[in-house]
Amino acid sequence: MKKDIILAGVGGQGILTIATIIGTAALSEGLQLKQAEVHGMSQRGGDVQSHMRISSKNIASDLIPEGKVDLIISIEPMESLRYVNMLHKETGWLITSMNPFNNISDYPDLEEVLNDIWKLPHYVTIDAEKVAKEQGSVRAANIVVLGAASPYLDIKFELLETAIKNVFAKKGEDMVKLNLKALRAGRNYAKKST
Amino acid sequence: MSKLLLLGDEAIALGAIDAGISGVYAYPGTPSTEITEYIQTSKEAKERDIKSMWSANEKTAMETAMGMSYAGKKALVCMKHVGLNVAADAFINSAITGANGGLVVLSADDPSMHSSQNEQDSRFYGKFSFIPILEPSNQQEAYDMTRYAFELSEKFGIPVLLRITTRLAHSRAGIERRQGLPQNEIHLPSDPRQFVLLPAIARKQYNTLLAKQEALEDDGLTSGYNTYINGNDKTLGIIACGLAYNYLIENFEDGEVPFPVLKLNQYPVPKKLLKQLYDSVDKILVLEDGYPILEELLRGYLNLGKKIMGRLDGSIPRAGELNPNIVARALGLDVAEGFDTADSVKGRPPKLCDGCGHWDSFGALNEALKPYSGGRVLSDIGCYTLSALPPLQSINSCVDMGASITMAIGAAEAGLVPAVAAIGDSTFTHSGITGLLDAVNRKASITVLLNDNATTGMTGGQDSSAYGKVEDICRGVGVEEEHIRLIKPLRRLHEENVKVISEELEYNGVSVVIARRECVQTLARRMKIKAMEKRKAAETKA
Repeated sequence: MKKDIILAGVGGQGILTIATIIGTAALSEGLQLKQAEVHGMSQRGGDVQSHMRISSKNIASDLIPEGKVDLIISIEPMESLRYVNMLHKETGWLITSMNPFNNISDYPDLEEVLNDIWKLPHYVTIDAEKVAKEQGSVRAANIVVLGAASPYLDIKFELLETAIKNVFAKKGEDMVKLNLKALRAGRNYAKKST
Repeated sequence: MSKLLLLGDEAIALGAIDAGISGVYAYPGTPSTEITEYIQTSKEAKERDIKSMWSANEKTAMETAMGMSYAGKKALVCMKHVGLNVAADAFINSAITGANGGLVVLSADDPSMHSSQNEQDSRFYGKFSFIPILEPSNQQEAYDMTRYAFELSEKFGIPVLLRITTRLAHSRAGIERRQGLPQNEIHLPSDPRQFVLLPAIARKQYNTLLAKQEALEDDGLTSGYNTYINGNDKTLGIIACGLAYNYLIENFEDGEVPFPVLKLNQYPVPKKLLKQLYDSVDKILVLEDGYPILEELLRGYLNLGKKIMGRLDGSIPRAGELNPNIVARALGLDVAEGFDTADSVKGRPPKLCDGCGHWDSFGALNEALKPYSGGRVLSDIGCYTLSALPPLQSINSCVDMGASITMAIGAAEAGLVPAVAAIGDSTFTHSGITGLLDAVNRKASITVLLNDNATTGMTGGQDSSAYGKVEDICRGVGVEEEHIRLIKPLRRLHEENVKVISEELEYNGVSVVIARRECVQTLARRMKIKAMEKRKAAETKA
């Protein structure tokens, strides 16, 4: 088993939370893991990404080579497109929220962005904020996206659920419940749409 | 034993705790900050009373650690690469004094300048100072080599430089931990004059340092951190330093490289290993993140010997971080391609947070400066450096910690009056106070805009040495009381703030306008913790 994933978004959107959940689940399955994060300057409202590599064998590089990414998981549509040069041309999937984070003056037309995503062979686009709101809070949008990506992760779904319970335990029972619901709602959406 | 999922930085922190340190000394700097933070929040470190408070700057950190080493205990010093410039005086002389208790200096380089103003290679400092260097390739080595660094330091009575880069610092992997070692008891150097660098003593000690170099090189043969891996195809030999080894391995199925490979993690590099490789292959490719140090060493200035490939002959880009693709291209391997990037993708540079006081402080400064010609704001290193970008476009320089005040003095003395220095509270106590003293002594016509957000913001909100002391420091240095002005950078106080800054710009002397408002990030964090404590209290009551 080997999955090379790019997590993408804007600083503060919660990609590291997604990374922690996938990482916790992967470790509990006994897999190897390497995950390169962005800290420091770029976190201030700029684009952020994380290279996450999971494998049953040893992983050498902390960075994924170009054209070898299996999965782009993004919390922002334009940000998901920033890394398509890394995506595997035949087998790569792009999973992204459709909700733009517009903090720049030249943010493109959302339609243009979505059309560029829909040109790719394999994608899931999800209105994560709407789905999250239906589950109780827009704050769980990142976990909705994780749910939408879960069918392509090759990690047992129950392990992702357990990881969410562990990661959110400190924040109280309500947060655990909300995020579990968000995860399932995202997964159901992805399964229906593909 | 189950593995711990740790950042390279955290692996180093844990390695240091397990090596038996009694103190970590540091000033925050990306990508090194998380090392000290890990120790600060570690329960074990607390139980062992490991000192971990932030120092005012890298020089004070280095010297404090030298003091601990003098007293016989083990100390770790952490900084980013440019921090080593600040600590350089102490660092280079620490090679001459030598260490008593184990002394390890970690410098985190930032090739590609993710969060820095240059991509200088700390290995030069090691070579320059005759201090041995360890450069781990991965997180496990980061843990193991930190422990080994202390062993090496005490074995040879010399500080050891531990060099990492951003990619290792901020990448996670599973770590296996080993049994920890105890801290040292206090014991002073057997030679009471070891740390007294009077010329007569320094000359003697310098010769001792030079004499150690051969033994240090030999240690690189036996430590297990420099390895010669044979390969059948002798048309090429590869030298892979530190992290570069991973990028090499990534390009071959199951990591089986057909060429002889020299994996280097410890300097000074044993000549024996270099010669072994050089003699058995047709040409050599050098893979090193940072400057082409080893490449230049092998190649010599004239490159009269075998072909040496790397950054100097264009096989690898001259600047920037390595990655698997760059290494693949240097090896002539096919590189997979993804999709073309769409035109709809726009740049998204970092910016000041919504609600940050710097918006208001620089907004007011911009307006107060309207009557004057442009280009008058010498600035410094911190979040507020982002005010260089649109829409604010307030500042005209960012060079090194503390340079705002001193550069403003020079500009004012050249005739650019008024000149403004923009600096943050933490940068001010790091390296701004002496500059302010210069300004007062020279009666320079400068206005210092001191942005006091009560934290070291850019690196994630660490405690600032300046907290609660800014006015007293300004007074103590000699700034006149009536020209120490306090404003609160808020939109609703804009007119008032512009007026204060304008008045001080007109003053023909040193003024300090302190713009004080807590960082919105630390404020949010504080509120969150408060809410959590409240909830906990309510739960226990119920």
